Amino acid sequence: MKVLRAPVTDEDIKNLKAGEEVLVEGTVYAARDAAHKRMKETLEKGEKLPFDPEGQIIYYVGPCPAPPGKIIGSAGPTTSGRMDSYTPLLLSKGLKVMIGKGKRSLEVVEAMKKYGAVYLAAVGGAGVYLAHKIKGVETVAYDDLGPEALRKFEVEHFPCIVAIDAEGNNIYERK
Amino acid sequence: MREIKAEEIRDIIAEAVINANIRLPEDIKEALKKARMNETEKRAQKILDIILKNADMALSERMPLCQDTGMVVVELKIGQNVHITGKSLEEAVNEGIREGYRKGYFRNSVVYDPLIRRNTGDNTPGIVHIEVVPGENVEINVFPKGAGSENMGRLAMLKPSDGIEGVKKFVLNTVKEAGANPCPPVIVGVGIGGNMEKAAYLAKKALMRPLDERNRREDIAKLEEELLEMINALGIGPQGLGGKTTALAVNIEVYPTHIASLPVAVNLGCHATRRVKIIL
Repeated sequence: MKVLRAPVTDEDIKNLKAGEEVLVEGTVYAARDAAHKRMKETLEKGEKLPFDPEGQIIYYVGPCPAPPGKIIGSAGPTTSGRMDSYTPLLLSKGLKVMIGKGKRSLEVVEAMKKYGAVYLAAVGGAGVYLAHKIKGVETVAYDDLGPEALRKFEVEHFPCIVAIDAEGNNIYERK
Repeated sequence: MREIKAEEIRDIIAEAVINANIRLPEDIKEALKKARMNETEKRAQKILDIILKNADMALSERMPLCQDTGMVVVELKIGQNVHITGKSLEEAVNEGIREGYRKGYFRNSVVYDPLIRRNTGDNTPGIVHIEVVPGENVEINVFPKGAGSENMGRLAMLKPSDGIEGVKKFVLNTVKEAGANPCPPVIVGVGIGGNMEKAAYLAKKALMRPLDERNRREDIAKLEEELLEMINALGIGPQGLGGKTTALAVNIEVYPTHIASLPVAVNLGCHATRRVKIIL
């Protein structure tokens, strides 16, 4: 099975086709609605983001708190469409991969084609199963947002399916 | 007159929210297993395997099935011969939610204000429905509901002339537009009749009904089966990535309505629809 690891190159992106299974390894940044809103506001003010999105992977997730003896609680993907209005801006800053669930807007798909990025689907609702693939957790910023804080995960064999590739092929739109 | 302390209800809610979040109801698990047998596409099979494995892991590790541990809907059907003593009932319910979510290490997913959006930090308030019914029992339905599926619900005030075909079309379109977002295979709760808020609440009640129970009215039970078949023919499949199982069940509730109205509400539940019923 194909493996994807940040920093992701344009070559990596070209090699991924919609419908393929892929295992994500290494660093992914966890961010959802509120963190995206802050990142957008930061960029609009002309300030620097808490991490450099160049070549990076964002996982749309708001995990549960870690129970005793674990590093994280359940952590499956959230609905990606809610991040659509923030996504083209992040793609323009070099973001290469997004992990979530569900369709993306036309604007996002166009921006993915323009900047060379892929969108991966993970199994929604498989919170415990996916939490087991997360081996390291660190809060990067926005701690006050609680479950919506910006975090850095280290993942191992995190299973995904390429939902939309950089040519705009889309497995949600097959007939 | 039977007396029940509000504190007793608080403790029951605290335990129920934990159990609901870590244990997939048996009827849903069975339906998922059946769906797994029925799928021929490899991707759909693999996804259902992960979903079933996740349910086993959740129970054995006492972790929530999904990180979206939801906003909690609590339905209390209180017998009219019951006297609730002590503190405010609604407060007791919210204290139970607060305690359960803290003890369970569940995500706090509620914001104070829909526009300001600051997290309340304890997953309260819940959404509390209280009904007074004959008898001296209290039935408590605890229903932590995730937003991925809740957001894809729809309500339509159809014209009476739209009839049953209009209802089918609306339900089908709602599921189609929802696509992968509500985490299919979904459970489709449909409320037909009443007025605006009645239809929406009926849809929620329909969603709370176990999958192996059909509507008692034969024509409605038939409509449930027919809609399920139509929905599964859409091919959306598990996680919207194709397959035979888009929905595990369609549950419909109906109510009398106005001569000028045909309200229809669809409330979608994900494959990890969580519910616990307790009778006191």
